[in-house]
Amino acid sequence: MLEKKAEHILWLENIRKVFGGVVAVDDLTIGVEKGSVTSVIGPNGAGKTTVFNLITGFLSPSSGRIVYSGRALNRLRPHRIASLGIARTFQNVRLFPQMTVLENVMVGRHLRSAAGIFFSSALPPAWRREEARIRQEAMDWLEFVGLAEHARAIAGNLPLGSQRMLEIARALAIEPHLILLDEPAAGLNSRETIAMGELIEKIRQQRMTVVLVEHDMELVMDISDRVLVINFGRLIGDGTPEAVQDDPDVIAAYLGE
Amino acid sequence: MQGKDTAGLIVLILGLAAVPWVIGNDYYLGVLIFAAFNCLTCIGLCLLMGYAGQISLGHGAFVAIGAYTSGILTTTLGWSPWAAMGAAVLLVTGVAAIVGIPTLRLKGHYLAMATLGFASIIHILAVATVDLTGGPSGLLDIPRLSIFGYPLDSDRRYFYFSWAVVVVGLYVAFNLINSRVGRGLRALHGSEDAAASLGVNITAYKIQVFIVSAVYASVSGSMYAYYVNYIDPGPFGVMHSVLLVTMVAVGGMYRIWGAFTGAVLLSLLPEMLSFATDYLQVIGIAYKPDYDILVYGTILLIIMLFLPEGVFDGLGRAVRAGKQMIRR
Repeated sequence: MLEKKAEHILWLENIRKVFGGVVAVDDLTIGVEKGSVTSVIGPNGAGKTTVFNLITGFLSPSSGRIVYSGRALNRLRPHRIASLGIARTFQNVRLFPQMTVLENVMVGRHLRSAAGIFFSSALPPAWRREEARIRQEAMDWLEFVGLAEHARAIAGNLPLGSQRMLEIARALAIEPHLILLDEPAAGLNSRETIAMGELIEKIRQQRMTVVLVEHDMELVMDISDRVLVINFGRLIGDGTPEAVQDDPDVIAAYLGE
Repeated sequence: MQGKDTAGLIVLILGLAAVPWVIGNDYYLGVLIFAAFNCLTCIGLCLLMGYAGQISLGHGAFVAIGAYTSGILTTTLGWSPWAAMGAAVLLVTGVAAIVGIPTLRLKGHYLAMATLGFASIIHILAVATVDLTGGPSGLLDIPRLSIFGYPLDSDRRYFYFSWAVVVVGLYVAFNLINSRVGRGLRALHGSEDAAASLGVNITAYKIQVFIVSAVYASVSGSMYAYYVNYIDPGPFGVMHSVLLVTMVAVGGMYRIWGAFTGAVLLSLLPEMLSFATDYLQVIGIAYKPDYDILVYGTILLIIMLFLPEGVFDGLGRAVRAGKQMIRR
């Protein structure tokens, strides 16, 4: 059985989630080590996205507890969890399609700025120093993912690969300690997938902890320190990419018993 | 506020300054003053509808609360009009919070339903509480506004005053949407989940913008009461709320200038129709003001079918397309 350790930035203990009789996550206990890249894999419908939604407060667990940096996350609302330093992306990219690429990332600076409704209404943005700072920092994050030249484009008009990159830039802009990427390579061609792998490596170098759900095995095996395998809401494999690849249970789950 | 909006605002101010010199007739000036009241309400409503993605079918009720609070406090209690206007703003803030907090916590268009009910309650109250509101016969002798002892006693003065308030309303709205808070609002309209995942407290923002939009309506109502000096429940029915939403939708709810355009156009439409009546009579069609509602409905239908982004953006697109055709 797994034990909670000090180096675990995220710890899920006996998490269970039931949707009207259907058990989506069943007594799941996992720990994510600080500074690592951890991949969560498993067949479709295994409950991977549900786990992300539980961690980020979009769903609350039926039972069990989630601890992040020594703090229980249960029952906190998504925006509170974001403020603790957990960022995420979505399986079906959720940008703000009508806003520009830069504005999307500027929303990501929300937690790192303070202007309230009165101050915002009274002075034009050009007179507010904070606004210039937000713009600059957002631009820096666009450069980080390589989208700086598209800053003024409308986000909804970008190709899918760039949309995924933008969504990550926006999540990074909150300067999280932990970032959850939900299928970052889904729908990308092989060149874009390689770029995504390089980006994730770059994120790790920023000393952020990365957890990703991913179906592209080449990418998973390439970048992960650890791989967790989930099937029917249960953990069926846990280890280094090499160990997991040779695990008979995992092979059975993927190839069908 | 961005460059284009600043330029638009300056052009508007210059245009407005010239209007009373061009239109000498007090009647038409009066029509434009009413247009200013609608404009102010619609700017607030646009922040709510276009930027936060929520619909209120009860903004007429906030106009009514503004008008009645101003009317009652100045006539029965002898308050100064400015103090009464401020009190109305505070009252509307509280009422909007009471209506908005339970409904905006839910996902979906519960606000539309709640505000629709709210609008009819306020209308019924205005009719039924005769001791307070004067009931169907209304409140008489509401005082005029004056600025530092300078009374706004002519239509020309009130025209400048009411449109100056609209300009301030535009200025505040532009600042708001181009700020951290405004980005948060536009973000939650784009995707509530994504906005929340970035730390935007979507419930708090929806409630805040609902209150801001209600305050716009309240100020508009107070200004109305001080202009006509007499209020009765007639203009504050549920249909007025629906008309306000129509104005914003016709002009284009995704832009402040759209809502502004819609409010001006639909406020002037009855005048345009009465002009048209004379011409229609010549060709043998007897147009009656009763048909106005039919015309409104047709306009809304045509706009929604062919210019879903509203007249403002729709015409902008047509102009661009026209320019390209000329170039070819």
